[in-house]
Amino acid sequence: MTSAAQDDAQWVAKVTAIAASQDQAAFADLFRHFAPKVKAFLIKSGADVSLAEECMQDVMATLWRKAHMYDPARASVATWIFTVARNRKIDLLRKYARPEPEDLPWGPEAAPDQAEVIALQQDSARLAEALKNLPEKQRVLIERAYFGDLTHSEIAAETGLPLGTIKSRIRLALDRLRHSMT
Amino acid sequence: MTDVKHQIPDDLLMGYAAGALPEAFDLVVATHVSLSDDVRARLESFEAVGGAMLNEVECAELAEDSFEATLARITGMEMPETRPTPPSGGIFPGPLRDAVGGDLDAVKWRSVGMGVKQCVLQSSKDASVRLLSIPAGQAMPMHSHHGTEMTLVLQGAYADEDDRFARGDIEVADEDVHHTPVAEAGQDCICLVATDAPLKFDGLLPRIAQPFVGI
Repeated sequence: MTSAAQDDAQWVAKVTAIAASQDQAAFADLFRHFAPKVKAFLIKSGADVSLAEECMQDVMATLWRKAHMYDPARASVATWIFTVARNRKIDLLRKYARPEPEDLPWGPEAAPDQAEVIALQQDSARLAEALKNLPEKQRVLIERAYFGDLTHSEIAAETGLPLGTIKSRIRLALDRLRHSMT
Repeated sequence: MTDVKHQIPDDLLMGYAAGALPEAFDLVVATHVSLSDDVRARLESFEAVGGAMLNEVECAELAEDSFEATLARITGMEMPETRPTPPSGGIFPGPLRDAVGGDLDAVKWRSVGMGVKQCVLQSSKDASVRLLSIPAGQAMPMHSHHGTEMTLVLQGAYADEDDRFARGDIEVADEDVHHTPVAEAGQDCICLVATDAPLKFDGLLPRIAQPFVGI
């Protein structure tokens, strides 16, 4: 396993501990690592420093509250945090509640398969590596798209990133989730 | 869940993942994703790019009492309902049901003429989204548009010169497309339509009606 995948496995364990036993030490670790990144993301997206701080605190508190809904077979911890931060950013900066897709059925009976979780961590690590290795110009364009600097008509979907593998992996996890509920 | 034939193109799905779409488009995409696990998997892979970007961002400095203030927020927060709302048995997926305030029977339709009904759900200077109901077997009024139009089928089906669209299918058209969709016989065709510019009908009657019905 690569070190990036190991990092992710460590964050998954911490989120699981928060969900299972309200583990405050695990939350403190998560906060130390991700809160400065979430705040930076919000500032890059156009929030001033004090709004970014407030919004970040809200995002981190939401992570504590929604830890039991995190599915490690479908997203890395960083991806999960990105989606929570993105939604909060839309609430606060654009002042509307973003319509979200319908929740999928979930529950203890649909506990993720460990092999799937590890495979997704490896895919996520490969994606991060590919992102680092993109030509500077292309990487900046993706960053601008994700940090809210481009309008939808300016976004080019050709990222040059290996998204096919990760998509197939998530697709399998969704099938398994559907299957376990019927 | 069977997979839909016509899925949203990558650029718009990535725009949704990034949070860069107009609000009116967000509703159509969220509803479309709710109807297809394949689109959901594509969306979540675009979100993974966002996660990778977040990991790479240079850290910002936090306020001094940041962690304590966050703990205080947690204490003050209400615990959420932990179960997703069960499927209603209706035809509207969750996000659309929330926007309408119920299922099909809760829609406050207005007639646009020729049996076509609409209900504007949301409208701003950037974009608008509406439900359209076209009687089974009837042609939609000819229309062309500026900007981008997204049409998601919820009930029935329609076909135009090139293709057929049924429940869950999405059609994205830009200003070059000039089409005459016809609703299939059997069931009224109900669609969720978002545009980032006003829809322009070519027929006389709808054009007269436009200022009154807010098309």
